[in-house]
Amino acid sequence: MSPLAAAEFTAPSIDYAALSPILIVSIAAVVGVLVDAFAPRMLRWPIQVGVTLLGLVGSFVAVCVVAHTHVVTAGGALVVDGPALFIQATIALVSVASVLLIADRSPEVGGGAFVAQASAVPGSSDERAAAGFGRAQTEIFPLLLFAVAGMYLFPAANDLLMLFVALEVMSLPLYLLCGLARRRRLLSQEAAVKYFLLGAFSSAFFLYGLALLYGYAGSVSLGAIHDAAASGQHGDTLLVLGLGLLGVGLLFKIGAAPFHSWIPDVYQGAPTPVTAFMAAATKVAAFGALLRVFYVAFGGLGWDWRPVAWGVAILTMLVGSVFAVTQTDVKRMLAYSSVAHAGFILVGVIALNRSGLSGSLFYLLTYGLTTVGAFGILTLVRDPDGEATHLSRWAGLGRRSPLLGGIFAFFLLALAGIPLTSGFMGKFAVFSAAVSGGATPTARRRTCPSGGGSADGRRRWLLRSPCSCSAWPASR
Amino acid sequence: MSPDYYLYLSAVLFTIGALGVLIRRNAIVVFMCVELMLNAVNLSLVTFSRIDGNLDGQVIAFFVMVVAAAEVVVGLAILMTVFRTRRSASVDDANLLKY
Repeated sequence: MSPLAAAEFTAPSIDYAALSPILIVSIAAVVGVLVDAFAPRMLRWPIQVGVTLLGLVGSFVAVCVVAHTHVVTAGGALVVDGPALFIQATIALVSVASVLLIADRSPEVGGGAFVAQASAVPGSSDERAAAGFGRAQTEIFPLLLFAVAGMYLFPAANDLLMLFVALEVMSLPLYLLCGLARRRRLLSQEAAVKYFLLGAFSSAFFLYGLALLYGYAGSVSLGAIHDAAASGQHGDTLLVLGLGLLGVGLLFKIGAAPFHSWIPDVYQGAPTPVTAFMAAATKVAAFGALLRVFYVAFGGLGWDWRPVAWGVAILTMLVGSVFAVTQTDVKRMLAYSSVAHAGFILVGVIALNRSGLSGSLFYLLTYGLTTVGAFGILTLVRDPDGEATHLSRWAGLGRRSPLLGGIFAFFLLALAGIPLTSGFMGKFAVFSAAVSGGATPTARRRTCPSGGGSADGRRRWLLRSPCSCSAWPASR
Repeated sequence: MSPDYYLYLSAVLFTIGALGVLIRRNAIVVFMCVELMLNAVNLSLVTFSRIDGNLDGQVIAFFVMVVAAAEVVVGLAILMTVFRTRRSASVDDANLLKY
């Protein structure tokens, strides 16, 4: 037991400047909690919106200021480098857009998409009283900021423990946010339960993977795992098992195919502004972490995980596309479209080279912005019962409000990857990277589900052929 | 006694927990099975820490406990609201969202 003898404790040095985006968002979240505790009820909503936007914009500015740093800090637990900062900036942008969606209380009479008092039973006198006073659950904003703080940490984590803590900091507020819809409370609460139980289940798998990799390498640092795998002194049972279990946890968060079943349910049930935030920001953050883990820790094990990842990517694209086409609910259709997109971005991850990294990052940026936009339009198309999400209610939208219909069509074209849109550039980037990285099977397979990067099933069939033609030169 | 047995025990406990999540109907019991999985992981972390002779694993186990406690708070809050609405904690009753 001698190695366990007490050693001199030295505090790790922390580069506060490089971590300033994370710190700013965390401080804003804590300030939000204090505002909720002490500010008078009528002032809470405007103050919270101000604090949240200030925190997010401040963190975006901080990311821009530290743009060219590359440091490993906090005792090797965090690394701030180009990809991490790019992902943080992307998350800041889509979060600002989502906060504006949340803060927009104009479409709903009585205020916002969120429930007046989450603890009140739907239909009870408590709930009517709370709604009558025009109350609102202003805890939404600090919760969102805590989730953003977790998302900032997630792609910057340089060891598995930090990765796990960031995963939970990101997920726990999201579980709560899902259950706070004003309309259709039962669906919303059901979404929260499903997300929570499945999320906890998947994080247990992630954690067991962490434990096995710790047993293999004797450390949870990504660099140490890479070195241990490269030296190949130990048998690789623990390594491969740990890699697989860790992969299950991460693939669940991005919503890849065998682990995608929560995505449509949760996206449909959650309040639409939260869905926009989840669909864009969570996926961006989770892909950031996936890229870091698989490029830094398992980069030398490409032969072990790439064939499986090919299968997952192809299955994800197929499942997402096919099910998107059969949906009758616009929100659910966009959810399946986001599943298909996860498959496309995975193609960039599989490339395992520099252009795969940059292609995936660019794809994430375009995907995040387009998705927030599409869900934002969804909050505006309404009927007396709230949001009109059924496809039949959308008939004739282009004639009734051409601007709204036109913008939505543009977002769908971008999601589909039609040339001249950002989506096409993103798809071109990941597939050319995959071909140069030797992942041709995936790239070639891309032509069969090419229908599905996007959402609008009916219109998509018409758009299909030009889309796949334009993609062919890329995948060849 | 070889520490390997603790690893086997933790794998068995993890499997029992995972099976429980898949089989049990009551949301609270499902959640307790998830907790069993997390504690099985703690056992293997501590065992690996003992085998390797460094303290990282034991520190990680503390982190896991803290995170699990936070998860209980969030999870029970969600399950409570659902129970008050539906008067049932069965995961089979949550069937409005599908296909």
